Amino acid sequence: MESATPVIEACNLAKNFDDITAVESVTFNVFEGELFGFLGPNGAGKTTTINMLTGLARPDAGTIRIAGIDCSKSPKAAQHLLGVVPDESNLYPELSGYDNLCFCGALYGLRKQERQTRALELLERFGLADAADRKFDGYSRGMKRKLTIAAGIIHNPRILFLDEPTTGIDVISARQIRQLIAGLNAGGTTIFLTTHYIEEAERLCNRIAFLVSGRLVRIDTVDNLMRQTDSRHVVRFTMTEEAEGLCKAISGAFPHLQCQTVSKEAIRLESHEPVRIGPLVRFIEEHGAEVSEARKLRPSLEDIFVSITGIAGTAMKQEQEKRKAGGGV
Amino acid sequence: MSRWVTFWSILVKDMRAYYLKPPNISWGLIFPLAWTGMFFIKSGGGIEDLLALLPGVVAISVLFGTTSMLAVTVTFEKKNRSFERLLLAPISLELLMLAKTAGAILFGAANAFVPIAMAVFFTDLSRVAWGTVVPAIVLIAVSSTFLGLFIAVSVSEVFEAQTFSNFFRFPMIFLCGLFFPIEQLPAWLRPLSYALPLTYGVDLLQRGFGGVSQMPLAMDFGMLLVFCATLFLISLNNIKRRWIT
Repeated sequence: MESATPVIEACNLAKNFDDITAVESVTFNVFEGELFGFLGPNGAGKTTTINMLTGLARPDAGTIRIAGIDCSKSPKAAQHLLGVVPDESNLYPELSGYDNLCFCGALYGLRKQERQTRALELLERFGLADAADRKFDGYSRGMKRKLTIAAGIIHNPRILFLDEPTTGIDVISARQIRQLIAGLNAGGTTIFLTTHYIEEAERLCNRIAFLVSGRLVRIDTVDNLMRQTDSRHVVRFTMTEEAEGLCKAISGAFPHLQCQTVSKEAIRLESHEPVRIGPLVRFIEEHGAEVSEARKLRPSLEDIFVSITGIAGTAMKQEQEKRKAGGGV
Repeated sequence: MSRWVTFWSILVKDMRAYYLKPPNISWGLIFPLAWTGMFFIKSGGGIEDLLALLPGVVAISVLFGTTSMLAVTVTFEKKNRSFERLLLAPISLELLMLAKTAGAILFGAANAFVPIAMAVFFTDLSRVAWGTVVPAIVLIAVSSTFLGLFIAVSVSEVFEAQTFSNFFRFPMIFLCGLFFPIEQLPAWLRPLSYALPLTYGVDLLQRGFGGVSQMPLAMDFGMLLVFCATLFLISLNNIKRRWIT
């Protein structure tokens, strides 16, 4: 599906808010038909970057080209090519689902017949046909998210920006949304996805960029990133009770192992050599803890993220969930 | 052509979502009615004085009808981020804001015709210069709406919009020549009166309804047009500066 034509070209983008640097010298290309992941913790500059690319913010420095159109000076020039799904479901609470979609179609100049047909088609496709006449305000969080995505694609955009599309919604809705995103990309839409869920990015994206404190620290294909993990061996031990100081003891006795405390009862060991479980179980039990489970893990993209950024992926996810729960979606 | 589809849709959406809601329609009817009653009782005159009261009632109805609604709806949409959808639409900011304000202009102008419609049953309106009154109502509605837009862009909370609106509205009512002729105001207040768009609108309405006007017709229209353009341009500039950061 991918081709080598860049549809988004960001070059040395920079943005400051007073004395805070939100984005610093960010350069990347997104290619036609690609599903591009933009990962980073809260405050990394992901939304600011999207805002600059879509015309909601002006870059302090750098250039932006969308489908070859220079948007640095005229941010509105390429807006007809873009669909944007913000991190909050921001449709009109007083309008029904159907009316919201028709209105969003009209914002992009779709004629009455065309937007009505398209709205009905999308409501059906997103499983919202039964709720078409209900006010958006009465929708569940998952339904709101789905309708917001539908509103973002009503005009068949060439490029779709998805900002945290599955954050704060139930597992089933999140799964449906992932399937919809994959389907849209399979249909040829270029997708720029920001997410806190590293496993989501691993599953969906072709290429991923890691953004930390406004700087792009790594950009590569998922395959290349995962290749780094091939030489790693990871084992997770779960104990029946809290094992204080265990990591320190293991690191002393087995210097080739990197030990990390996952929770009060669980540790994670990583090595570039194969990890032998038997001696480790005996060692742990000699230190007064009973092992209830020992599991070899396949290293994930989260491990790569942690090693590149030094930020725990789970911490990032929890932080975002907390923010969403506080602010509402 | 497609941008007019967008323009029309924003206007229709706002009319349906805000202006044509029963509470707002009743506000649009009751408010001018209450002002008419109040002015009528205060004047202590008979039904023959109704025509003299109309400029004041019409001006206040338009001022409150436009500023109340627009300042609140724009602030509300900005707060819940649905306004971002409009900023992402592929039309110019100028056309977008004209679409966004068109509903308030129509609502304000419609408010003006409530007391006029009531007056038809009680007094003779055959001497009214409609060629002056109707454009005056439209220009008061446009300038008041753009004042509402200026207020909406200057605040971030809905309650601030309401408070800030009153900061402009009440001094305007008392200084525009409706209650006290401008020449009877203290000398230091008079320049302020001439810096208010409503002063020129009221002067036009007084002329149109057969009363005495203070300024030349062309000056009233010219100043109202200047206020409309200035408030709109300042608001656009503020949107670019504050909302497209």
